[in-house]
Amino acid sequence: MSTAPLKTLDVTEPMGAPRPPHPLREFWSYFSANRGALAGLIIVVTVLLIALFAPVLAPHAPNLTSTAVFLQPPAWQTGGSWSYPLGTDAIGRDILSRLMHGARLSLVIGLAVVTLSVIVGTVLGLLAGFFRGVFEIAIMRMMDIILTLPSLLLAIVIVAILGPGLMNAMLAVAIVVLPHYVRITRAAVIAETSRDYVTAARMSGASRLRLMFSEILPNCTAPLIVQASLGVSTAILDAAALGFLGLGAQPPSPEWGTMLADAREFVLRAWWVVTFPGLAILITVLAFNLLGDGLRDAFDPKLKR
Amino acid sequence: MLRFIFTRLSLIIPTFLGMTLLAFFLIRMVPGDPIETLAGERGIDSVRHEQLLKEYGLDRPVLVQYGIYIGRVLNGDLGKSLITQESVLHEFLTLFPATIELAVCAILFALLLGIPAGILAAVKRNSILDHGVMGVSLTGYSMPIFWWGLLLILLFSVQLDLTPVSGRISVLYYIEPTTGFLLIDTLLSDDKGAFWSAATHLILPTIVLGTNPLAVIARMTRSAMLEVLGEDYIRTARAKGLSNLRVVAVHALRNALIPVITVIGLQVGVLFTGAILTETIFSWPGVGKWLIEAISRRDYPVLQGGILLLGSIVMAVNLLVDITYGIINPRIRHQR
Repeated sequence: MSTAPLKTLDVTEPMGAPRPPHPLREFWSYFSANRGALAGLIIVVTVLLIALFAPVLAPHAPNLTSTAVFLQPPAWQTGGSWSYPLGTDAIGRDILSRLMHGARLSLVIGLAVVTLSVIVGTVLGLLAGFFRGVFEIAIMRMMDIILTLPSLLLAIVIVAILGPGLMNAMLAVAIVVLPHYVRITRAAVIAETSRDYVTAARMSGASRLRLMFSEILPNCTAPLIVQASLGVSTAILDAAALGFLGLGAQPPSPEWGTMLADAREFVLRAWWVVTFPGLAILITVLAFNLLGDGLRDAFDPKLKR
Repeated sequence: MLRFIFTRLSLIIPTFLGMTLLAFFLIRMVPGDPIETLAGERGIDSVRHEQLLKEYGLDRPVLVQYGIYIGRVLNGDLGKSLITQESVLHEFLTLFPATIELAVCAILFALLLGIPAGILAAVKRNSILDHGVMGVSLTGYSMPIFWWGLLLILLFSVQLDLTPVSGRISVLYYIEPTTGFLLIDTLLSDDKGAFWSAATHLILPTIVLGTNPLAVIARMTRSAMLEVLGEDYIRTARAKGLSNLRVVAVHALRNALIPVITVIGLQVGVLFTGAILTETIFSWPGVGKWLIEAISRRDYPVLQGGILLLGSIVMAVNLLVDITYGIINPRIRHQR
């Protein structure tokens, strides 16, 4: 609520003052001042490009086994060769190629999970915040239950019911992260509903649907975008954890968590089989977190300064 | 105050009921017949099949089964494991100390490193130290802990041969469980070697499980400290001529710790999630590993009971945090 006087200050600026910059430009100037966020953006774009062009970039097919090269170390170690830059796994598949193809899976997982949970979460949150009453209580209690259970445990139970597999793992993760979006939307909706512009729209006869989707929703998007970009990292991490437990993507899929599960037994013999898939997860997740933090600061610069 | 506690208490009843519904119905929907799973590949003749279905009450209508289930749960009976025939509650209570021991060590690790790191980062704001702490903590927050565990095993167990790879204690020792916490039990047994063995087995799992909370606590401490350091009473304290150390350690820290304590309470759910992965990697005989195994064996009662028990514990801790927070901070109490 302390932001209200600040806003009035903006309005009372002296005449002839330079016009405020375009919101997007202002946003970018805040965002690009944050070096971490910029680094995150660059990494995300790089991973995206690698994922898009994986078939062209990868030196080998991701599932091509070669009896000649079991557990070959990375190129810079003795016994390694540049035709397998990051070495090979236990059945002679090129790790670099698998990681590149795995990037496609991880990004698809992240985006699909977030899209699904944002859509469902926003609708539920809008309904809860707009109609209140019994409806709201029912939705919010349900979300509380989901939040109370340890997230991975709930995801595991859902996967156990639906059966292991990438699609089911994604669905499970989407359900687990749903409460965050519902809560954010509901809180934003409740805050916005009492604003004058909503009352004005209501007075001029806007329908409920119109009020919900074209008046209130656009004003709740900033926190949702931030949560969504942070949510991509959670989704990638959780899906990889499920893959690692054998409940997500199934072998021979080059999903990073599944690759790690395969590599577990070779931890004593071949460090590269274990190290690189995890590093790929860490870098990607870190990049999305940096991006999300940067977005939050850029959307709400007053909070930062 | 009583009213506040009462409201909070009454709020958990529907949540608890919802959890029993979830535990019960979700697991009913698992594909595959538990009796057939139990029989395994040998198969089972249809007469015996019927008999067993009846014995386990699996032939009754689902709603009746749920009613019976609720009644039993309220009496503290969570059923028997289909595999071991042991009572689920008993199995849980035998394994839970291992998980608690690990979780307590992890949270202590996170606190002992996280709070000082957060304070330092806040006091030296925008210094290299601050950026370093924040960078490391964001990395810790983004860490896939199942990989982190493997990496630490690779480094400390394989390369340096400093720590054991898995388990709670070396097979050379047998310690009669009195408290169930091996660190305490081995101390009581007065066997130095056993204590040392238990302690070294704990190191890597503690670090792995503590990494996420450590990152969260460091970030939280930093931002809470920054907020408090800008308050008027800090300026007053400085104006009185108090030393910088005293202002930071006494005046600021005491107030900054309130939100941090709340965060620690809310980390309990995160800890259980992490425990599932950590216990799997290190073959730690706790409830996380037990649940994962129950899934692959389709041990319905264990899954149901485990989910309900873990969920209830998280709920109870959250409630406790809520109430404590209400006691510390009257403003929360008087909100609707």
